[in-house]
Amino acid sequence: MSRFSIRLKKDHIEQSNVNNLSNPTLSQEIGTSDIEMEPNRKGFGRALVAVGETNENVVALCADLTGSVMMDGFAKAYPDRFVEIGVAEQNLITVSSGMAAMGKIPYCASYAAFAPGRCWEQFKTTCALNNQPVKLIGGHAGLYTGPDGATHQMLEDIAIMRAMPNVVVLAPCDSKEAEKATIAMSEDDRPTYMRMTREPIPVITTDSTPFEIGKAQIFNEGTDVSIVATGTMTYHALIAAQKLAKDGISAEVIHCATVKPLDNQAILKSVKKTNAIVTVEEAQIIGGLGGAVAELLSENYPVPLRRVGVKDKYGESGAPEELLRAYGLTDTHIMLAVHEVINK
Amino acid sequence: MAVQKEAHSIKQLDLIANDIRKDIIKMLEHAGSGHSAGPLDLADIFTALYFDILKHNPKKPLWSERDILLLSNGHCAPVLYAAMAHSGYFDRKELNTLRKYGSRLQGHPERLKLPGLENTSGPLGSGLSQACGMSLAMRMNMEQQKRWIYCVMGDGELNEGNIWEAVMLASKYKLYNIIGIIDRNNIQIDGSTEDVMPLEDLKAKWESFGWHVQEIDGHNIESVIDACSMARAITEKPSVIIAHTIPGKGVPFMEYDFHWHGIPPNSDQAKEALRKLRTLDGKIRSGDE
Repeated sequence: MSRFSIRLKKDHIEQSNVNNLSNPTLSQEIGTSDIEMEPNRKGFGRALVAVGETNENVVALCADLTGSVMMDGFAKAYPDRFVEIGVAEQNLITVSSGMAAMGKIPYCASYAAFAPGRCWEQFKTTCALNNQPVKLIGGHAGLYTGPDGATHQMLEDIAIMRAMPNVVVLAPCDSKEAEKATIAMSEDDRPTYMRMTREPIPVITTDSTPFEIGKAQIFNEGTDVSIVATGTMTYHALIAAQKLAKDGISAEVIHCATVKPLDNQAILKSVKKTNAIVTVEEAQIIGGLGGAVAELLSENYPVPLRRVGVKDKYGESGAPEELLRAYGLTDTHIMLAVHEVINK
Repeated sequence: MAVQKEAHSIKQLDLIANDIRKDIIKMLEHAGSGHSAGPLDLADIFTALYFDILKHNPKKPLWSERDILLLSNGHCAPVLYAAMAHSGYFDRKELNTLRKYGSRLQGHPERLKLPGLENTSGPLGSGLSQACGMSLAMRMNMEQQKRWIYCVMGDGELNEGNIWEAVMLASKYKLYNIIGIIDRNNIQIDGSTEDVMPLEDLKAKWESFGWHVQEIDGHNIESVIDACSMARAITEKPSVIIAHTIPGKGVPFMEYDFHWHGIPPNSDQAKEALRKLRTLDGKIRSGDE
């Protein structure tokens, strides 16, 4: 087991991580081709079965995508607590709300383009305004949905869900974190939205990486620039940080699995040190993490800012990697943005 | 904990319904905005529900064995608030705060604002789905046979696709403890329902989706009570009651006129409306004596 031997080596050399990142809890394979790949929805599926085991109030509802969103494990383990809604996203949300009113903790899932895409008002009126613990899982979000094209590449979910009071908005960076988030939200009373990705993505965290709703995690300490990233793009931000280090630029990478409530303190503390910031997300920067950070800093501590993300455009068909390049969402684009803000 | 229900004669219920109508007029005049036609035509149904049909305890709104009443067409909130106040959930004086800043009586009902409200509504079409969610949860909790969920819907509201999603789901899962009540007053904001978006054959539509359907006179309180009893006896499918009503019922100059869907009476109109309702009081009292 090569991974095991690397772990041993890491313990031996203490502070100096093989991946050149300061956070010792991250995977040592970040930046190598050995890194484990897994869709984060798999982590969700595993954790949902686990929370179903420990909390009998947990129920699951799906709009005809049970396998795709990986609710099938739960449906098989607890058939009496699983509700097949059919292709009806408005119903998905409003039925969930009714179950929550009766004391259940409903996890409801579809593709993000359809839920919250089609049922934002239902979520607002019946879940968010009532502060019901409905957990909406939006699968297949972002450009990673690739060949399906613009209709299925939900890029506005962070913006529309973040605009809704009471709602927690989560974008885990990998399957391990999706697992932790799925468990954590079952113990949180608030209505929650979590975006998921179809494609296998690098597993960058480990069992020991901390996760807490509302808390950002410093994935790499740095002094020259703050890179604030969420979801699938945190991996790319870490790769950028590794490459920047070779150029002598020390980048602090802050991973915001929780886009709302944003961990203002962590971000402000970082920019007070670095005085330059880049945000990175696989979503519209208007209203997304980029928008959130810009709002925070312009009111509290304005510093040079660049937002890497989708810039007021729709996606299109293509391979995920092709699309990330075409839309300016690669480690190279992050590095360019870093150079822009530190030279300002 | 059993709740001793005070038995009311139909005549007493008719008088309560008329009092509720008077309060609706006063509330709306005081608020200066709001909907008149629907709340007035629902007064008999809400009286039947709160004073006869529902298993509830106004002093313990969260009583775990209570029946559930969902108002899906939230703009009819005045009749809901008036019925709740009359049955003892809160003091009738509070009715004058309708739509005012700081009031628990929001323009459209908000579940967390006022104990006894089971849902938040206003945007149309989501009440029946919430009833489905509640019924599914009750089934999981083994209490589906003990608690009934009444969901009042407007007829114009049936334009919403969300309703038909719920209609299919309730039928699929045989959610028999749901009793839908449709306020079939034939009007919506833009005019007659049959002009705006025809609903007929409404009975056949619901039947074809697998529901047990009854059609009644929504102003005959005895019929409302009987239809709900019948619906509770149907345990193989969900039930819906199409209650035919006259929009603006009880106030002659509002009756049948769709313009009164979304506006309140001014003070002269309110005076005239209250005068008519007082006359009606006298007629009910002398009616079968």
